[in-house]
Parts: sequence; C-alpha cells; structure tokens
Amino acid sequence: MSHSGVVESRTFCLPVNNIDTDQIIPGQFLTTTEREGLGKFCFYSWRYDENGIERADNPLKIHDATSEQVLVTGSNFGCGSSREHAPWALLDFGFRAVISSQFADIFRSNSLKNGLLPVTVDDHVVEFLLAHPGHPVRIDIRSNTLTVEGFGEFEFPLDPFSAYCLTRGIDQLDFLLENEVEIGRYEQV
Amino acid sequence: MSEPSQPASTLFEKVWQRHLVRNETDETPAILYIDLQLLHEVTSPQAFDELKRRGLKVRRPDRCLATIDHSTPTTPPDAAGVYHYHTPQAKAQVDILHTNCAENGIKLHSWDSPHRGIVHVMGPEMGATQPGMTIVCGDSHTATHGAFGALAFGIGTTEVGHVMATQCLLQSRPKTLGIRIEGELQPGVTAKDVILHVIGTIGVDGGTGFVIEYFGSTIRAMDMESRMTVCNMSIECGARAGMVAPDDMTFTYLQGRPLAPRGDNWSAAIEDWKTLKTDPGASYDRLVEIDATTIEPSVTWGTNPGMVISINDAIPAGDDDTSRDALDYMQFESGTPLAGQPVNVVFIGSCTNSRMRDLREAAGLMKDRRVAENTRVLIVPGSEATRKEAEAEGLDRIFLDAGAEWREPGCSMCLAMNGDSAEPGDLVVSTSNRNFKGRQGRGVRTILASPLTAAASAITGRVTNPVELMETGK
Repeated sequence: MSHSGVVESRTFCLPVNNIDTDQIIPGQFLTTTEREGLGKFCFYSWRYDENGIERADNPLKIHDATSEQVLVTGSNFGCGSSREHAPWALLDFGFRAVISSQFADIFRSNSLKNGLLPVTVDDHVVEFLLAHPGHPVRIDIRSNTLTVEGFGEFEFPLDPFSAYCLTRGIDQLDFLLENEVEIGRYEQV
Repeated sequence: MSEPSQPASTLFEKVWQRHLVRNETDETPAILYIDLQLLHEVTSPQAFDELKRRGLKVRRPDRCLATIDHSTPTTPPDAAGVYHYHTPQAKAQVDILHTNCAENGIKLHSWDSPHRGIVHVMGPEMGATQPGMTIVCGDSHTATHGAFGALAFGIGTTEVGHVMATQCLLQSRPKTLGIRIEGELQPGVTAKDVILHVIGTIGVDGGTGFVIEYFGSTIRAMDMESRMTVCNMSIECGARAGMVAPDDMTFTYLQGRPLAPRGDNWSAAIEDWKTLKTDPGASYDRLVEIDATTIEPSVTWGTNPGMVISINDAIPAGDDDTSRDALDYMQFESGTPLAGQPVNVVFIGSCTNSRMRDLREAAGLMKDRRVAENTRVLIVPGSEATRKEAEAEGLDRIFLDAGAEWREPGCSMCLAMNGDSAEPGDLVVSTSNRNFKGRQGRGVRTILASPLTAAASAITGRVTNPVELMETGK
C-alpha cells in the first residue's frame, strides 16, 4: 500500500461523537468475502431508508468525492467492532484521511494498514474545522503535520514505523516475514 | 539481599514479556508471538485470500481454531438436515471457511461438531483458552478470554493474515489500567451490571490505549463465566483487552476440558500459572476504584455502552448534542423513569451472556411464569455444549413453557447479520454488548441489561428491575 505521504484536499464534516463501525458499515453487509466495492455501503443507514431510497436528511448527500477526501468528525471515531470493512468502505467512498480528537485503537490500526490516515489533533483544531466545512487542509506524514489554511500548522502522532511503511510502500507482512529466523528460534524454546 | 530481585511486574507485563520475539525499538514495534488464533467466517476470507495471492501457507494450523457463528441461522435444520441461511451470501461465506480450513489443515468446528458455538464461548469451554497465552481473533470481543489471565484482543483482517502467515503481530506496548472492584454484590446484581457500571463510570472511550486488569474482592468471588462477562465488554470502554489473574477458580474450570493440559503437564501448568499475577509494588499507569456494594441492576438508556444508569434512576438530561441525539433516537424523555417502558423483544444470548450461569439465572426467574403477551423472547445458547447442558437440566422446557423461543447457538441478534433482528422502532432488552443505532436491526432501540433484568422484562413486558420479581415470587 504505497502512499505519496501528502493528502491535500478540502474537508467534509460529520460533527458527531462516538461514530461506531456499525454506523460506518452496518453488520448486514459483512457477509461479503471481498474487500473491494464497499463504498456503496458506507454510512448506509444514514444515506438510505429501509427500501434503499436515499433519505431526505442524508448528511452525505452533498459530499463531493473528488474534492473532499478528508473527513472531519467528533471524538472516539471508529469505536466498537474490529471490522476492517470500516476503513475499506471509507476509502472506497473517497476518503483518504480522517481528522478527530480521538480514534478507537483497532480502527486506527486497521486504517494505517490500508493507507487511510487517522489524524489526531486537539479539540480546538477539530472545533475550527467543524465550524468551517469544506476548508482546505494539507496532511503530511513525512513531518506528521496537519496544515489548516489560515489557522495554523499542527503536529499529530504517528508511529515512525507506520509512516515509514506507508511512504516507502513497505508491507508490514513482508517486514514480519523477514524475521522468520527469530520466530523459528522463539518457537524452539 | 543475597539474590537479585526481579522488578515488580503487572500480570499484563508478565504475559507481554513472555511473548516478545523482538522488543520494541524507537523505529519498530515489538514482534509479539501469538499462541492461539480463533477464526470465524466473517473476518477471515480476505486474509486467506491474501495468503493465497502471495503463495504463503498458514504457518501453524495447530495454533488455529475455527468455528461458524456470526452468519449462521439459529433455527434448526429442516427434516433433510439442511440449514436455511438468511441469504445465499451468508451460506457462501460459511462454505468458503470450510474450503479455507480444509486447504490449510485448520480444525473447524462446524455443524457436525459438538463444540460449535460463539467463538468466545467455545474457546474457553474446550479448554483452548489458558492462562498466560496470547490469543487473537478478528473480533473485538476477544477480550473475553482475558478472564483466564490470557492477553487476548481483537484484530482486523489484515492482522489475521499476519498471524496466519507468521504466528506473530507487530504491536506497540499499551498502557495498563487497574480497575479494583471491592465488596459484595447486592441480590439481583450480576457481573453484567458490574461491567455496565464500570463503563458508565470511565466512559465509552475511557479505556482507549489501555489493557485493563480487573482485581479486588468482587472479581475474586466471581466464577469464570462471570469474569468472562466482565472482560468481554472491555472493548466497550475502548480497551482492547481486559485480564483477571488466574486462581483456583480458573484451574478448577479448566481441569479435564478437551484441550487443557493433562497428567504431568497439568501439574506443571498449574505451577506456572500461579506465577501469573501482579506483584506487590507493581503499578498501573492508571488506577480506578469501584465500590461494588452500591451497584444496582444497571441498564443503558442511549446509543453507546457508556450511557448507563441504575434501573431505578430517571433517564438523564440531554445536556449535549451526543445525549440529545441519543434521546431522540431512543424516543425517551429525560427525567422520566426507564423502568416501565414497554418492551417488544427480549434477547438473551451473545458472547457476553449466553453461558450456563446466564441461562440458569434467566430460567430461575422465568420458571412457572409466562412471558408477556406482546413480547417476543429469544434465548440463544452460546454453544452446542451449553445447549446440551441446559437441555439436560431442563432449562429449555422452562423457557418454552414460559412462551420464549429456545434457539440454536450463534451470535444471533447481538449483531443481527444472520436474519435474527427486531422491527424498526422496537424496544429490545438485550443481554448483548452494543446498543449502537441499528445494531439489532434498522431503527431498533436497544437497552443493554443482565440476563436477570432481561428475564424480568420478558415476564412483565416492561423494563423491570429483577429484584421486584425475586421478592414477590409471583
């Protein structure tokens, strides 16, 4: 999963706290055995009614996938189920990064394995962004910075290994496989 | 001081240390060896595909254990022995797990196995779950196995593939959160009420970044099934894992189970397992103290598991957007009692509460009573072994005579992906672990509760404090 290291885009805002992975992709779609094409189920119950008709209050109706690739949202994003279908669905829907004041652990780990960037910043930055939907931002994982035009530049935490793997296109499984000898030795003891 | 003393360590640190293939550095995470990977049909197919695509084999099929639970029907097979799935896709997913396990030499407990069940019920029942192990599964409720003093946590499908190929995971060391729970529980209060109270206290994200160790006199007094209920919901406050130090209760539970050590190995295992406890003087990154004596039967009123009240309390005020949105979805008014709300469906089951103790408690309350006329009651045992044991005790008769449904084992209405679901607008009292919007069906409103509270609510058709029925006996 190679990544240029930079995401430059306008934001799209969902000002809701504790968005769980059941909201991101409901359980009914988990009978898939593929990882592709899940964008159509992303936030499904928010977008469609029980008959599959688009809801009048669909908060994603105005989302423009070509220019709004950064999702800004409330705290504790991605809580709940470990389903990796959540980042798969968000990526396929058109998001390349999510900005929040806190991410759930498993969602964060799953996202980094798929090139979806979880960007954790202070509440005041999220508040500014939520108050200015569509604001231009730049995320750089080589310097761990989020630049919010006209507001400031903010550092976000990203472990060096994930950043290294993302920017060099190194697969984490390949890295593990290189440790074959140590793993074998551990199993002997 | 003749011998050099070991630094005092927590239970978590001991298990973590034992499994380090390579320690963490400034640049790279630790490589952690995984003793057991549990597999089910939903989060494994893409991982098997990835291995196939790369020409890799499953490294240690002997360290994998598979079952079918999420997509499977909980209705019995037809006269010809055929199980009727909710969708062709659900059946295809199970068929693919059969193929993948056969191709990779992995033991799969399918329809024909006497052990088949919810992955987190089956593992402990078979004795596959043991103290000091590292256990993973593509399922966030893997923390259940921490009740045995294992380090057990949920992972995504990419990581399922990592463990299949290398039996290892790349992990940064989490922080530790000690939760001390002291005191005797009041009548009608169970492990489920304790963990709901804990999550309500520290919040739906209060455990994020931590591994929890539960300890104190309340935990010590709990049997293994109760400890599993507590550890199971660790993820609902954001903690990936929850642990309890093993003790005689743990060893007695495990002895003689099919995959538990035997003979000399058993004695050696016990000696080792006894060392798995937090040393005096070791400290947690954070410590929370809970007084268990004041806990009442607890229920959720909102749309995440941190929105918890005592069953006799009024629904809290919606003083922020999150609470207002939850009240709106639940169609509740703040300041009014939650007890007494009419209940459409009661679900007793899930990896949180589908074991013998849960079923016995529910049956004890439902015996010689009838469920309310307009309330549908589904009782779903956690495994085939549990189902058989419950039937041998006659619990199925108690449930059926009361007018409840006694179904086949599976995850069922906990996440409603197998077709077991409620109708839009229904209020469900559920012994499962998540009350997220739409979790049990579109527009369905979920109240999380203990098996006792669920059973009491089934009888009255309203959200009911079980103590009321325990007192009257009517």
